[in-house]
Amino acid sequence: MTITEEPPAAELGRARRRKEDARLITGQTNWTDNIVLPGMLHMAFVRSPVAHAKITSVDVSAALKMPGVVAAFSGADLADQQGSLPCAWPVTEDIVIPPHPPMAVDEVRYVGEAVAAVIARDRYTAADAVAGVDVSYEQLEPVLDMRTALEEGSPKVHEAGNKSYEWVFAAGDLDAAFASAPIVIERDYRQQRLIPCAMEPRAVVSAWDGDQVTLWSATQIPHVLRFALAAFFGIPEQDIRVVAPDVGGGFGSKLQVTAEEVLAVLISRKLRKPVKWTESRSEGNLTVHHGRDQWQRIKIAADSDGRIRGLSVDLLADMGAYLMLVTPGIPLLGAFMFPAIYKMGAYSFRCTGVFTTKMPTDAYRGAGRPEATFAIERIMDELAAELGLDPLEVRERNWIKHEEFPFTTVCGLTYDSGNYEAATARARELFGYDELRAEQERRVSQNDPVRLGIGVSTYTEMCGLAPSRVLGSLSYGAGGWESASIRMLPTGKVEVVTGSSAHGQGHETAWSQIVADQLGVPFEDIRVLHGDTQVSPKGMDTYGSRSLAVGGMAVVGACDKVIAKAKVIASAMLEAPPESVDFAHGKFSAGGGKEVSIQEVALATFAAHNLPEGVEPSLDSDSTYDPENFSFPHGTHLCAVEVDTETGMVTIRKYVAVDDIGKVVNPLIVDGQVHGGIAQGIGQALYEEAVYDDAGNLLTTTLADYLVPSAADVPSYITDRTESPAANRLGVKGVGEAGTIASTPAVVNAIVDALRPLGIRDVTMPCSPERVWRTIETARANGGAA
Amino acid sequence: MTEINVTVDGVSYVDQVEPRLLLVHYLRDVLGKTGTPIGCDTSNCGACTVLMDGMSVKSCAVLAVQADGAEITTIEGLANGELHPLQRAFNEEHALQCGYCTPGMILASADLLRDNPNPSDEQIREGLEGNLCRCTGYEHIVRAVRRASEAGAAQ
Repeated sequence: MTITEEPPAAELGRARRRKEDARLITGQTNWTDNIVLPGMLHMAFVRSPVAHAKITSVDVSAALKMPGVVAAFSGADLADQQGSLPCAWPVTEDIVIPPHPPMAVDEVRYVGEAVAAVIARDRYTAADAVAGVDVSYEQLEPVLDMRTALEEGSPKVHEAGNKSYEWVFAAGDLDAAFASAPIVIERDYRQQRLIPCAMEPRAVVSAWDGDQVTLWSATQIPHVLRFALAAFFGIPEQDIRVVAPDVGGGFGSKLQVTAEEVLAVLISRKLRKPVKWTESRSEGNLTVHHGRDQWQRIKIAADSDGRIRGLSVDLLADMGAYLMLVTPGIPLLGAFMFPAIYKMGAYSFRCTGVFTTKMPTDAYRGAGRPEATFAIERIMDELAAELGLDPLEVRERNWIKHEEFPFTTVCGLTYDSGNYEAATARARELFGYDELRAEQERRVSQNDPVRLGIGVSTYTEMCGLAPSRVLGSLSYGAGGWESASIRMLPTGKVEVVTGSSAHGQGHETAWSQIVADQLGVPFEDIRVLHGDTQVSPKGMDTYGSRSLAVGGMAVVGACDKVIAKAKVIASAMLEAPPESVDFAHGKFSAGGGKEVSIQEVALATFAAHNLPEGVEPSLDSDSTYDPENFSFPHGTHLCAVEVDTETGMVTIRKYVAVDDIGKVVNPLIVDGQVHGGIAQGIGQALYEEAVYDDAGNLLTTTLADYLVPSAADVPSYITDRTESPAANRLGVKGVGEAGTIASTPAVVNAIVDALRPLGIRDVTMPCSPERVWRTIETARANGGAA
Repeated sequence: MTEINVTVDGVSYVDQVEPRLLLVHYLRDVLGKTGTPIGCDTSNCGACTVLMDGMSVKSCAVLAVQADGAEITTIEGLANGELHPLQRAFNEEHALQCGYCTPGMILASADLLRDNPNPSDEQIREGLEGNLCRCTGYEHIVRAVRRASEAGAAQ
């Protein structure tokens, strides 16, 4: 008798509870700051209290006399060994990349720049010893406004001046598009400076064993960091192990090769003792790289029916004081995204990277794409207002129709799939769009002091960073592939090694689901390993919504190879030719009820008693996947806000997000990514801004001043999905940044929509009550024009 | 140095501490209770929240000497043989991503439910205002607290 078993349900699409959680909800975590090693010393930094100055002297002698202080170093002490922190993205041939010593030697260029390090037996003593270092400065003029930094006579951040680069792109005949256009709209938008604020502050432990070093770091990029330490700091690559233990969030801020990492490695080598450094939040707000900070001039030409003829974008991007790992490339990740989902014949883009005496900027959630999406989605609303059209109507007249995919945009990107109509229709329905519009009109006609505004954001993004050849063409210093290995253990269990280093994204769960489907082994039998270059030697790490679309595909490739190897051995076990052996749901079958499970094949491979001639006794496989193209998630986010015109208070009343991210591996994880992304975008729209005063002091050094939203500050979100599958085999696109990219313009569009009847057409972010109120007051004073 | 006598997660300790030592550093560096993380230095983020005699406190804003004679519960001592309903609910509702805020979020929620066993979503949001999360956007955290409340977590 044959028992027909139901094939196991597919894992793809299941809301699996996460494997990661067991340790995280019980406190059995391994944060870098938890690490204690025998003889470990603690490092603290003396940091510049001034934005721009010559260092005239650094005296560490008083610190060295303090009990428990082991050593102290100035920049000059390390000058011949510390090298320069790398910039891996020289975006133009004539870009200015100034030297960036991990510790300042002659000159400081932002408040918080390290000028000395003290090393002591415990963290309190190290903190005390900071006060024992005497640094003398000769102050120089700070450079704080990138708009005036390029003027003749401006003080200089660096000898070579304040311009780092100018990068241009153009397609189509822009002059013709604008020359005869019935509608031309030009706007200036401000992307304020943001502080990423991952909840785990940075932490580093460096320990040498002979000539080998292990660096534990709260980093997103253990593999890139290892490469950088080898390539730029002269440590042989084979002697470096980098471990990213549990990492408490990143959002791009831990995509960096930091001064503190390099100094911990160098100083622990000098002292022959393990050295730990953990930052305080205030230190982190000063010295974790910042995000955004652009002035955007955007100009659109359209026909009288609202069809876009051309678009031109001119950016000033604040680099801060130095170029860090990918600083200059961040605005360019948005260069191809301004045209977004819209068809147009001509486009030009220019970005000027400017130095100021502030913390360098670099990747922050979305990196370039939120900035682009904000500007285009804001000006689409302006176009709608100019024409007296509904914002959704003007978008629909311009977007790529679903039957037009694959579609090559004016920038030359080929969008593989998308259905903007479907996502928008679903969002409208969930939102109750028409009812809310009716309420909005009612409030205007009743002169209600609390106005209703509706904000639209029909975004797309380029994810799955990235095809290596494209990165090469953009002068990026590395490839965009990802790596995975599968180890079939003798007992039929599976180890999955991924080069994609998670810090909250749930790879251990999602990768288990993928492998469970591919190999037909139980979800519980799979262990995912990552974040340690000794365990996972090859990888490009986690950022840019790349893990699933690139790393997930590498996992699939590795599974293919395991199956191909296993099939040869299974065919011998089944005494059937390989071509007649099928594999499904974890079983190899050769017809006539003969079958053998992949676990049985694994054991037979381990025993290796009866393997076919010439077959290696291993099923283990490696795969590296380099994507052919980016992926292009998209969606429609709708936001309703109430704006109290008497107080300026903005309250989000309803938020609907319908995203098309392709196939979903785990809907629970996807929802979490979308929610968190939306909250971060709302943070930019309403609350967050890194503020420097006129002397270049950061005023927002604490979480009391830098307003990361709390549960009471954000709404409940209504989310849904539509699906147009991506071209890769899993059909996945990526979801890590979608919410952040979409939500900022949705919220600001809603606020402006509420206030447009008062003659207001922009509110600068963050739209705090004071700023909204002042905008309203100014409009009233001007008789309804702001 | 001052002598303190503290019970942490059911174990009593007698230690000599510097008067300036923060409770969170006592827990982490002296006792090795690293389940309680530190997220800021101004008591805004709540990552270090523990229960002191049943009430939630931010352990970065309490001196170890102030905990003399007190009973402290950290995330490591919350499970009593089996997971606390809040721990289960945080897993079930996917209320954590990186997990750094989670110990504080769970202990603040425990205090919230002790105070109000059946809070509305709005009361949950207001009650957790002192605990920041950068990953989840709070939606699933609110659901988890509601779920734990329905499971009788307050008992």
